[in-house]
Amino acid sequence: MLKFTDEHEWLLVDGDSVTVGITEYAQKALGDVVFVEMPEVGDTVSKGDDAGVVESVKAASELYAPVAGDITAANEELEGDPSLVNSDPMGAGWFFKMTVADMSEVEALMDEAGYNAFIAGLE
Amino acid sequence: MRYLPLSDTDRSDMLAKIGVQGIDALYCDVPNAVLNADIDLPNHKTEMEVERHLTKLAAKNTVAGTVPFFVGAGAYRHHVPATVDHIIQRGEFLTAYTPYQPEIAQGTLQYLFEFQSQVADLTGMDVANASMYDGSTGCGEAVMMARRVTRKKKAVLAGGLHGQYRDVCETVTQYTDDELNLLTPNPADPAAELQDLMDNVDDTTSCVIVQNPNMFGHVMDLSALADKAHAHKALLVVVVTEIVSLGAIKSPGEMGADIVVGEGQSIGNALNYGGPYLGLFATNQKFVRQMPGRVCGETVDAAGERGFVLTLSTREQHIRREKATSNICTNSGLCCLAFTIHMTLLGEKGLRQMAMLNHKAACDVKAALSAVDGVDVLNEVFFNEITVRLSKNADEVVEALAEKGILAGVPASRLMPNAGLDDLLIIAATETVTAEDIAALASGLEGELS
Repeated sequence: MLKFTDEHEWLLVDGDSVTVGITEYAQKALGDVVFVEMPEVGDTVSKGDDAGVVESVKAASELYAPVAGDITAANEELEGDPSLVNSDPMGAGWFFKMTVADMSEVEALMDEAGYNAFIAGLE
Repeated sequence: MRYLPLSDTDRSDMLAKIGVQGIDALYCDVPNAVLNADIDLPNHKTEMEVERHLTKLAAKNTVAGTVPFFVGAGAYRHHVPATVDHIIQRGEFLTAYTPYQPEIAQGTLQYLFEFQSQVADLTGMDVANASMYDGSTGCGEAVMMARRVTRKKKAVLAGGLHGQYRDVCETVTQYTDDELNLLTPNPADPAAELQDLMDNVDDTTSCVIVQNPNMFGHVMDLSALADKAHAHKALLVVVVTEIVSLGAIKSPGEMGADIVVGEGQSIGNALNYGGPYLGLFATNQKFVRQMPGRVCGETVDAAGERGFVLTLSTREQHIRREKATSNICTNSGLCCLAFTIHMTLLGEKGLRQMAMLNHKAACDVKAALSAVDGVDVLNEVFFNEITVRLSKNADEVVEALAEKGILAGVPASRLMPNAGLDDLLIIAATETVTAEDIAALASGLEGELS
């Protein structure tokens, strides 16, 4: 199941954990990504907490925990090659994985159709 | 650039526009008693009279350079060649403002890059910033950087760290939940200072801050301390208040430092009554994104030509706001330029020669004072500064010698009041000290202590 937040983050649900990244829309708006600061593996976060930073040539954007849970992994590939965020934002450019404390927080998020309508409304 | 003064018509137009009768009406919120208070200032004087008056005032000072001068403890009197002032006075350097537009600031950015390269070289670290206000505020920044890097909030400050640097660290953390463990000074025993630091490092420590040479002039090998800190995932912060010392002693980088904070005043800059000074800040590549301050980088322009720019700007507060590494948005530009020019003129060879002259002067002071009754030299391994224990109150001795035209040094109690250091005098000897100066100091002390 793929879900989206209004901060342009996607969640790929796998059992009781999710993989989190940023969308095509977000990577295009950011421009060339030069650095990604990850959340600490093991940290417990609430929905909306700071969970790292994406830095491009022109801006630094916060990453947020889309739901409450524990950070279980960070994508180490991005340390050596942050451009993966631009070239493959929905796949190899994932940021972190986390457990989900409350599945209803995930269910409340937008699905793909909802997100596409959302970004259409932004143009 | 032309000066375009306002006319009376301009003024009345503006006042009419905002609906105000006269200039005085704009000060309506200031209490009358304060606004129209009698200020006891003399009438204006002619240029000649002012010059005469100020010259008389200045003549009351005992000026370093006209008398035997042994005052150090964080700021040092060195010879700065005339060339330095000649170059920094050039309009292109003197009036150039902050280099945020690289297109029109290549000259400034190039010297900043050279400065950073010099500082990184001297300190044995990977990267340095374009300077901070001074060593003491740099030290405060290091505490905050160590917290960001380690996510721990307990900093351990050595007993031999300059008393005023400790004060600054306390000031910058007074409203945060940082904890500072201020260790007791050990004026006579640097080994004990090191052991005390080792004993106070644990897994909750963010950093250990140690000055080398320390406030009392002792030079220490910090390698074991570096290992201990790293074993507990803490950072070693080394403070260097006399940058010339790096022309003679092992660099902090070689000893395992993670952050180096320094005072660059000794090179290119005069004593300046306490400022402006030149904060040096260097670290290793892996921590560069947590480093505060401006950073200049070398790159190529659209035509492939080498150019320089300010870089890693997203650390800074104009982009990251409250999440920035610091609220500093400047650097000590002219002092930094003076440092770069002086260091370029010296080169490595010149700096090492200068360092040796300093050390020799301090050795001569130690030899002369060891023969004086009532003076006990506390240093074995030192660079250009020693601490002596006097048989009388150091502050009183310094005052008495100052009356006689000898500036004998800094009483340790000035840097750390109420710490039981009242009989200690910190004496600096740079390349500007002569044999006559040393003889005057020795006989002056003899006179005061007998």
